[in-house]
Amino acid sequence: MLKVENLVKKYGEKYAVNDVSFEIGDGEIVGFLGPNGAGKTTVMNIITGYLSYTSGSCTVDVFEILENPTEAKKLIGYLPDQPPLYPEMTVQEYLNFVFELKGCTFNRKKHIMEVCEVTKIVDMRDRLIRNLSKGYCQRVGIAQALIGNPKVIILDEPTVGLDPKQMIEVRNLIRSLGRDHTVILSTHVLSEVQAVCDRIIIMNKGRIAADERTERLTELMSGTRRLQVKIAGNKKAILDSISALDCVSYVEAGKDMNSADGITFKIESKNGADIRKEIFELCAKNNTPIMGMETVTSSLEDVFLNLTKEIARKKGKNR
Amino acid sequence: MIAIYKRELYSFFTTPMGYVYIAMFWAASSFAFCMTTLLAGMDSSISSYFMLELLIIALMTPLLTMKSFSEERKLKTEQLLLTSPVSLPAFVGAKFLASYTMFVITFLVSCLNLPIMFAYLSENNLYQYNAAIALGSCIALLLVGAAFIALGLLISALTENQMVSAVGTLTASAVLLGASLANSYINFAPLRMVLSWISIYSRFANFNKGYFDIAALIYYASFAFVCMFVTVRIYEKRRWA
Repeated sequence: MLKVENLVKKYGEKYAVNDVSFEIGDGEIVGFLGPNGAGKTTVMNIITGYLSYTSGSCTVDVFEILENPTEAKKLIGYLPDQPPLYPEMTVQEYLNFVFELKGCTFNRKKHIMEVCEVTKIVDMRDRLIRNLSKGYCQRVGIAQALIGNPKVIILDEPTVGLDPKQMIEVRNLIRSLGRDHTVILSTHVLSEVQAVCDRIIIMNKGRIAADERTERLTELMSGTRRLQVKIAGNKKAILDSISALDCVSYVEAGKDMNSADGITFKIESKNGADIRKEIFELCAKNNTPIMGMETVTSSLEDVFLNLTKEIARKKGKNR
Repeated sequence: MIAIYKRELYSFFTTPMGYVYIAMFWAASSFAFCMTTLLAGMDSSISSYFMLELLIIALMTPLLTMKSFSEERKLKTEQLLLTSPVSLPAFVGAKFLASYTMFVITFLVSCLNLPIMFAYLSENNLYQYNAAIALGSCIALLLVGAAFIALGLLISALTENQMVSAVGTLTASAVLLGASLANSYINFAPLRMVLSWISIYSRFANFNKGYFDIAALIYYASFAFVCMFVTVRIYEKRRWA
């Protein structure tokens, strides 16, 4: 459905997007994940034809976006990071306008009603957009992207500024869209991608850092459980005794030396097992008191770092 | 393209801008009309009315064009228009036509003074006004309006601040309008020729004297075309930047 090959976008000498390639099939929901300035929005703007690229190619269905812009744009519904709304129009007028703008030919009233029902803005149709709350503005923005039943729907941070309830609703909406559309969404909320997407593309500094199925990412997250333990005693002896344990896959000591409060150790277990008991027994046996212990759950940064580390390792092996 | 045109026209009337434009235009041109014809006594002249009308058009046009592109850019609605299946020339053309429609209707209504005056005067035969001069000037002003609007759109595309856009348009219009007024201070013939060539005022003076100057009409129309072409190029360039 959508094919991006060796996409490069340069601003002067700076690369905003550097050699990005991916292919997205029909009905797939793909999440773009990455820190600010990673190039997510730039890639989306290029796919939708708002920006042009320096080199590479971007094909929607069979239409190249720069060669056949009109045909390609007909297949895409786009919600930019800021919903493109006219405050002086009512929701109904605005959607009528978008309907005409996209040159749709089917029954207008029925189609707009359907879109309003899907996005739950039926009651808001006669309100001025100026008077809508942020959440409703976002929904009108999504409705706008759905008009004309485009095959590809691109949503740039669709849940920013929504309250938790609205977030869940929008996620459910996106999941239901995936049944007969190809959906690309960008976000920096990990749980959102996990809840909604089939596949995740992680971007960093204009490059693709990882392109994985969601199950694989979840596996990576739950595969390790990390403990942060403060133990008083000789650093080297403790380090050796912990790494000698069978259930420990990785251990790292903090920089603080022999402080009365204990030294911080970061410990990862094998296969995500709970090893708090083993650590306690070990320390009790060695007479090195535990001053504090907490479980650290993997954050987006950890997953991100893990994935990028893994890729670097793979590359190293290939060489 | 029709969708953008309709929305643009509609937006003139959902914001005060359209009403302000129409009211100010009519008030100013009616005042000018009275002062130059009905109340001017022996000095009354239809030509000086049209000279003032030219000024009024130049002063009022920024009201129509100041927000055309700058507002879209500020609200980011530009992204919707540029990612929809509408070509850039159609996008710019629709914006132009919407502002131009506003101008033409407002201007033509303000011209209703003229037939009434001519009908009234032919009965009483107080002064001799030339209807042909009036008609020629009206046609010229319709094209002058197109030139000013296209210029305003071009400047509006350069900034996302409406005030900058309005002031910029006023300044540029003033330069175009009055380029030849500087001639009396310039002692260099080629420069004088260039200035009167680009001046909208000196070209319009021909119509005032009763000479239907087709070259001037072509100048106004091509000026409008060039401005719109440059606007399209600005958008094209921004995509590639």
